[in-house]
Amino acid sequence: MKHRKFKRLLTYIFISIAGILFALPFFWMISTSIKPNVQLFTYPPVLIPNPLEWQHYFDATTMIPFFTYFKNSLLYSGLSTLGVVVSCPIVAYSLARLEWRGRDTLFILTLAVMMIPFPVTMVPLFLLFSQLGLVGGLLPLILPLWFGMPFFIFLLRQFFKQLPSSLEDAARIDGCSEFGIFFKIMLPICQPAILTIALFQFMFSWNDFLGPLIYLSDPSKYTLQIGLQQFQQTESTAWGPLMAASVLIAVPIIVLYFFVQKAFVQGISLGSVKG
Amino acid sequence: MKSVLLVNKIKAKKNIGSNRSKYGIIFALPWIIGLCAFYFYPLLSSMYYSFTNYNIAGSSQFVGLTNYIQLLNDSMFWTGISNTLIYAFMQLPLSVVLGVTIALLLNIKIKGQGIFRTLFFIPSLVPAVAVAILFQWLLEAQFGLVNYLLDIVGITGPGWLGDPTWAKPSVVMMSLWIIGNTFLIYLAGLQDISQEYYDAAEVDGANPFRKIWHVTIPLLTPVIFFNVVVGLINALQEFTLPYTLTSGTGSPADSLMFYSMYLYNNAFLYMRMGYASAMAWILFVLIMIITLIILKTSKRWVFYQGDK
Repeated sequence: MKHRKFKRLLTYIFISIAGILFALPFFWMISTSIKPNVQLFTYPPVLIPNPLEWQHYFDATTMIPFFTYFKNSLLYSGLSTLGVVVSCPIVAYSLARLEWRGRDTLFILTLAVMMIPFPVTMVPLFLLFSQLGLVGGLLPLILPLWFGMPFFIFLLRQFFKQLPSSLEDAARIDGCSEFGIFFKIMLPICQPAILTIALFQFMFSWNDFLGPLIYLSDPSKYTLQIGLQQFQQTESTAWGPLMAASVLIAVPIIVLYFFVQKAFVQGISLGSVKG
Repeated sequence: MKSVLLVNKIKAKKNIGSNRSKYGIIFALPWIIGLCAFYFYPLLSSMYYSFTNYNIAGSSQFVGLTNYIQLLNDSMFWTGISNTLIYAFMQLPLSVVLGVTIALLLNIKIKGQGIFRTLFFIPSLVPAVAVAILFQWLLEAQFGLVNYLLDIVGITGPGWLGDPTWAKPSVVMMSLWIIGNTFLIYLAGLQDISQEYYDAAEVDGANPFRKIWHVTIPLLTPVIFFNVVVGLINALQEFTLPYTLTSGTGSPADSLMFYSMYLYNNAFLYMRMGYASAMAWILFVLIMIITLIILKTSKRWVFYQGDK
């Protein structure tokens, strides 16, 4: 029994040390963001600032057009998330539960294009959008997602596959149209799965750097990820405001994650009761 | 039994050609268009461009294999390849060891499990750009927290990102901090392992370490395999960290000139679209070859539960 207790203690010590090491960078980011300027470059470094100063947060939002970038990030993330939510479930449903010639070929092709690295398609897509006169704004980043995204189609297809076929058979006998079956029966059931892909896409777009870097040329269209660099373009880096801005960029995603995570777990358990 | 199956088959066949098959295509139509416009078309034109001399201003001009031959003589191309490979082969084993270790620790039933899981996962929600900036500050040679902590235990820290030998390990460190997604997958894999195996090992008198080594790790290999393939593909395309850290210059001494970054510079800085397309295709082939090698060797080290 004593041996057990000792092992338990050892586990706690080990996981706590690892946890502290993991938390330290994040803590450092927050600590720097509320540190008075005079304590930024002291040695030894000050971990817990005294007094706390919120000036950096004010600077972070005024040194660069923070709220414009915030709005653009929100627009990019929101509209691309809406795009995958509208396009992917219906395609996945067709691949999973409707029988038609060429369906399996389309599925194999969907798996295959997941292998294509972004650098391969980025140059021709840039040239295509530049010929269409769309380069400079957010449209080239959002538009493709309204036509489906292979990884999400694959995920949702797996989800649809595991549902019992009695679900739609009953509806068909009752004379429900194929559109009706999809919208009234299938879409509500796969809500948790849709929520998952929505979270994935929102996080991806919010954190995306390369896409906006390629397409956005007009500073008024910049997203936060691109805008952050402006703190560094002056002679020296403005560390305080930069850390404050980093916190402000990370927080929405962290909040969203916790918010959706709860709904996600609930959604799964509800689904199993109904199913 | 057989006749029932046959009847079902006939029924299924009848449905094809009816309503459902028509709707099948209608429902899949957005993706059929998307697949052609945003995957097939760029894939084929990228291959075509790779044989051309193309900057946006003029028209493209067919030059055959010139781009590929020029690349072989381009020292920065080789720097990019070697930097990227060195990075991937440092980062990948460490991410497996760290990811599995954290997942094992978090799988033990202890108080505050939820808090610890959150603690290890939160960093992966921080955007890569912010991660790069944060670590630039942490690894600052004079005022940085890392060198201060090293100083406490009596080690003089290196110049990190300013030092060509330490620059790549620094980037590896950043990428390991945002390992959350990976360990979540390991954690899910651990929870799939049936308790029976541990009970059997216990009957045989195995201690905890033997249980991990002979039961857990072998049964976790399918998940490790998945993470290795995905991790490798991502590592070979690493862009955001080195680009943010160096504004695309790859300094110090080109030690952070990653392949994708040189590709980006060629395409959008020097406007050599054909040259960049050739680079993209070489990357594609390289990724396919390495993935195939891992797939081929996987039979030797990946075990599936229930396999004989």
